[in-house]
Amino acid sequence: MRVGLFVTCLVDLMRPSIGLAALKLLEDAGYEVTVPAAQTCCGQPGWNSGDRKAARALAERLIAQFEECRYVVVPSGSCAGMIRAHFPEVFAGEPDMLAKARELAGRTYELTEFLTKIAKRAGVSARFDGTVTYHDSCSGLREIGVKAQPRQLLAKVAGLKLIEMEECETCCGFGGTFSIKYGDISSAMAEKKCANIEASGAQAVVLGDLGCMLNIEGRLRRRGDAKTRVLHVAEVLAGPTGG
Amino acid sequence: MHFKARSEEALADATLQANLRKFQSTGFTALRAKAVAEFGPDLFEALRGEGAAIRDRSLASLDAWLERFEAEAVRRGATVLFAETRAEACELLVEICRRHGLRKAIKSKSMLSEEAGLNEALAANGITPIETDLGEYILQLAGEPPSHIIAPALHKSKEEVADLFATHHHAPRKDDIPRMTREAREVLREHFLSADLGISGGNFLIAETGSGVIVTNEGNGRMVTTLPRVHVCITGIEKVLPTLEDFSTLLRLLTRSATGQAISNYVSMFTGPRGGEDRDGPEHMVFILVDAGRTDLVGGDMQEMLRCIRCGACMNHCPVYRAVGGHSYGWVYPGPMGSVLTPSYMGLANALDLPHAATLCGACSVACPVKIPLPELLRKLREKQMDRGLRPWREVAAVRLWSWTARRPRLYALATAIAVRFLRLLGGRDGMIAALPFGREWTRGRFFPAPKSGRTFRSLYASRPKPAARKP
Repeated sequence: MRVGLFVTCLVDLMRPSIGLAALKLLEDAGYEVTVPAAQTCCGQPGWNSGDRKAARALAERLIAQFEECRYVVVPSGSCAGMIRAHFPEVFAGEPDMLAKARELAGRTYELTEFLTKIAKRAGVSARFDGTVTYHDSCSGLREIGVKAQPRQLLAKVAGLKLIEMEECETCCGFGGTFSIKYGDISSAMAEKKCANIEASGAQAVVLGDLGCMLNIEGRLRRRGDAKTRVLHVAEVLAGPTGG
Repeated sequence: MHFKARSEEALADATLQANLRKFQSTGFTALRAKAVAEFGPDLFEALRGEGAAIRDRSLASLDAWLERFEAEAVRRGATVLFAETRAEACELLVEICRRHGLRKAIKSKSMLSEEAGLNEALAANGITPIETDLGEYILQLAGEPPSHIIAPALHKSKEEVADLFATHHHAPRKDDIPRMTREAREVLREHFLSADLGISGGNFLIAETGSGVIVTNEGNGRMVTTLPRVHVCITGIEKVLPTLEDFSTLLRLLTRSATGQAISNYVSMFTGPRGGEDRDGPEHMVFILVDAGRTDLVGGDMQEMLRCIRCGACMNHCPVYRAVGGHSYGWVYPGPMGSVLTPSYMGLANALDLPHAATLCGACSVACPVKIPLPELLRKLREKQMDRGLRPWREVAAVRLWSWTARRPRLYALATAIAVRFLRLLGGRDGMIAALPFGREWTRGRFFPAPKSGRTFRSLYASRPKPAARKP
């Protein structure tokens, strides 16, 4: 069955290894994966900035690019949330496009959601020797209900021990453009997150969104922590992929 | 001064930060979570749905319920006055004082009083207002506005309050809470007994009985509404509920969402003045119901905001509020609800920062007892700003340039390929960018992790062996 991988703009630019890991996980689960070459961004920056037109233009392209795919899988709760929760709002008042947006929303999944709910053959063969804590990214958690799925998958990773931190559901302070409009507040929020990560004693923080990843890693290193690893859940589940 | 400047000061204020940390660790979120767990999460979820539906029903026929409220309240001997503006609310109150010859007002907590600047209006007309809610009393001594809608003085430490009391009570400084509270009680008792006007807010108005309700914990509200000759309840017109049954549902939601209590220490319902066999109560009972921008929201895309029952859960759960405190928001209402209300009531252009002062993390709307989609309302306000040309040109240009480039895949691929190499170079050996060009806001408090590979995903993907070739 054909699965379309929406890599997301941040993964494409900042951490291609996450895209390769997602690809590997989907292929290992027995899917034929297409990665539409013209894909760029889901339009979330425009949407959250209040520029409906900019968001609409990108949403329309994305809908067309993934029209042929039975499923669309996204290694980001935030971008999956944009498609699922907000595309229908973007096209409010346009019946034809709204129907398409809803239809796409119905077959779009965040990666861990897809691997636990749809991909019945998904196995986890990776190994990770160490302790990790999981940061629940806001959009994934509150817009589409990603909470148990990554934990369920991480539990299958040999050698991995999950330690929950305090306030794992509290925002890390990224918030898209918030992080550069209100840099000091954003950093202060990231600092609280880092303190909770540190207090958990875990050797790595695992999460499902690149925005949070950049924010948390940037703050961890800045506060002098050179060793706590910051990993996307796809990277942990797939093991090393290069990239 | 705007939100950004105020919030930066708040972040640099060590005392405030310590007080905020204390608020967070001992605060309302854990109490709420416990109360929800005890009530049953699924039941509570259903209750939130009911609460939202009740508020929507009330707002859908707001005019009719207000007329019903007025008729029932008048029938029971109260006077009902409507004020279109905050200034008019003040004028009506001053006029009541003049007519009855009132000189001293004791007040229980009222956010509308803060909105209207009631204390200033009273003082300007020779009437002494005394705040009797302990938090509000502290702030009246300090000459500060509240920083939270139900815990107005949470930004103050015990030590700061001890100093204030010592100065204003002309008594030896005490810094243990029971003794401080006793001292405040003794001072306030004099005021309770000597005031001729009691001013309360109103958490709800019940249309079918013409009653006002206040939900409190200190008991001062009951004194304010029963001891003085005249009681004036001042509140927003949106607070009306059709029935007592509706009220009982919302009360369950309100106290649990606010402080995690199954019910507050006091729930006071006032229906008309003293009459018949009543042994206490005011001789005159007046409702001043204030519009001040509320009807402008009815029927519009911000109407859901009028559901608000002022529990404070949105700010308690807001990581931005918890980082910077309530004063950063600049007007009466802080936190996510304030970031919607302030631009709605004071004008979009007068609060440009606020709708953007959120990460849209959604913690507020999940906690909201009446399911107000706060992040969505904030986003809509951002859209209105954009549509009215109220955003800085750089920001507009950046968003448009991004969208324009992202619609041209070849150009986009080229631009990102260059960007990724450039960023990797900036990252140096440890892969951390300490000063990001055009991104100083980011790197002031953080590094920016550089791309680990010098190539984009699309370039790596394009050069990987074709699936057909990989098959055995």
